[in-house]
Amino acid sequence: MGMVREKYSGKNKDISQMKKPVIDAQGVDLTFQTNDGPVHALKDVNLQVDKGDFVSFIGPSGCGKTTFLRCIAALETPTGGKLTVNGLSPDEARKSRAYGYVFQAAGLYPWRTIAGNIRLPLEIMDFPKPDIPERVEKVLDLVDLKGFGKKYPWQLSGGMQQRASIARALAFDAEILLMDEPFGALDEIVRDKLNEELLKLWAATNKTIAFVTHSIPEAVYLSTKIVVMSPRPGRITDVIESTLPKERPLEIRDSEEFIKIAHRVREGLRAGHAE
Amino acid sequence: MNKIIPVLTVLAVIVAVWYAAAIRMNSQWTYDQAARAGTEVTLSTLVKDTLAQERPKLPAPHQVVAELWNTTVEKKITSKRSLVYHGWITLSATLLGFGIGTLGGIALAVGIVHNKAMDLGVMPWAIASQTIPILAIAPMIIVVLNSMGISGLIPKAIIAAYLSFFPVVVGMVKGLRAPDQMQLDLMKTYNASGAETFWKLRLPSSMPYLFTSLKVGVAAALVGTIVAELPSGATRGLGARLLSGSYYGQTIQIWSALFAAAALAAALVIVVGILERAVLKKMGMAQ
Repeated sequence: MGMVREKYSGKNKDISQMKKPVIDAQGVDLTFQTNDGPVHALKDVNLQVDKGDFVSFIGPSGCGKTTFLRCIAALETPTGGKLTVNGLSPDEARKSRAYGYVFQAAGLYPWRTIAGNIRLPLEIMDFPKPDIPERVEKVLDLVDLKGFGKKYPWQLSGGMQQRASIARALAFDAEILLMDEPFGALDEIVRDKLNEELLKLWAATNKTIAFVTHSIPEAVYLSTKIVVMSPRPGRITDVIESTLPKERPLEIRDSEEFIKIAHRVREGLRAGHAE
Repeated sequence: MNKIIPVLTVLAVIVAVWYAAAIRMNSQWTYDQAARAGTEVTLSTLVKDTLAQERPKLPAPHQVVAELWNTTVEKKITSKRSLVYHGWITLSATLLGFGIGTLGGIALAVGIVHNKAMDLGVMPWAIASQTIPILAIAPMIIVVLNSMGISGLIPKAIIAAYLSFFPVVVGMVKGLRAPDQMQLDLMKTYNASGAETFWKLRLPSSMPYLFTSLKVGVAAALVGTIVAELPSGATRGLGARLLSGSYYGQTIQIWSALFAAAALAAALVIVVGILERAVLKKMGMAQ
């Protein structure tokens, strides 16, 4: 049960492997200028995410985990360092529709049905009209919402709405899925179920997923790579490569391995706070 | 049934207060007449007389109802004495003005939301326009347009539009800005253009705000039209009825025109309300 344990050095260790990382951050800085002086939201963030990885970002609020995700999505622009997505700048990647983004709130349009909401990105991206219904059906099936296409968002529970928003992000076949605390507002029972489903979906689609959370069990259960961050300035304090198998029933959370990884995450979080 | 009782109670109180006020306000004339004739006024003659005068200071409710009945149902609608005829004259100008005001208001709101310069440059003028009393500006507009050879429906519609565009601008600016940052970010992740964001997000989001504004706007348009009919020496329209009633001391005519205007305003607001419910239901936003 060897767990790869290495103090994160900030240097790329996978450069010998020839495959290019999907997300490559080198010395990324982001400083917001506010009336109270500069705020260092991100400082010297180095991270490589490979194709098919499931990366979780965990840390207390203000550690920059969401900000970093928004940088990848080109919703924020780093003030320093180098960040590429699929080898492109984040803005070029956004324009080439490289990623689907799932926000903390489902944010479905109340005036569109569930199918209508999933059609939204397809309409904007000019997918051929005849292909659209088939795509909608496919992703509805993926998130286990078959038969709910004609319902309006208010007719669905919070968990189902969030599943619909994941379907919307999947509809246009982006290779990367960026998820910002997508289950943060849901109760634990629903969250467990959705975590399990997300893993199945990830296995079925082979997407690269970047997932922001503040739940340690969620991060450990889902990820192949856990990035521990700490605030003031927002930075990475530890990167943990998970040794859990790809097949993960919910019971795996009681295993020794799981507890060991969770322990290390907790230590990383505590260390970040103590500094 | 439980809902009807309070409504009827309030109505009964209003009618009772009205009757009491009519008796009190019209009693002077009754007493003067009696003094001239040298007769005593008993309570029963006082009540009977004050509620049946030809030119009372305050007409009794049943007099107004009788006049309304007489000038709507009993007169041909082409007659100059028909309130339906005058109501239509006012309504047509109101609807035209309301249409102009609504389209203009929406256009201004779109400009204000999408253009910083317009936001800073236009909004203060829109607000300033509403601080000028309409009674002061209406005659000037009528006179200016008359000198340009424009009279009749158009000047009235312009004043109606002048009053009704403002609530539409305010409501639509708020409505078009209703989508929160997350929804705008979502459109950005799709690399959506400004036009796509407008048609697919901003405009649908603004619909509830639009209809709220339209209800205010349509009532304002009616007020604008009636005010426009006052100084123009118009002989047609509810405003003209109000004016001629006051020239000749026909208080009953004034009050019945007033009630006709109120009923028209209520009907317009109700129609907008029905339209609102239908549109929002079709959009799936009415639950």
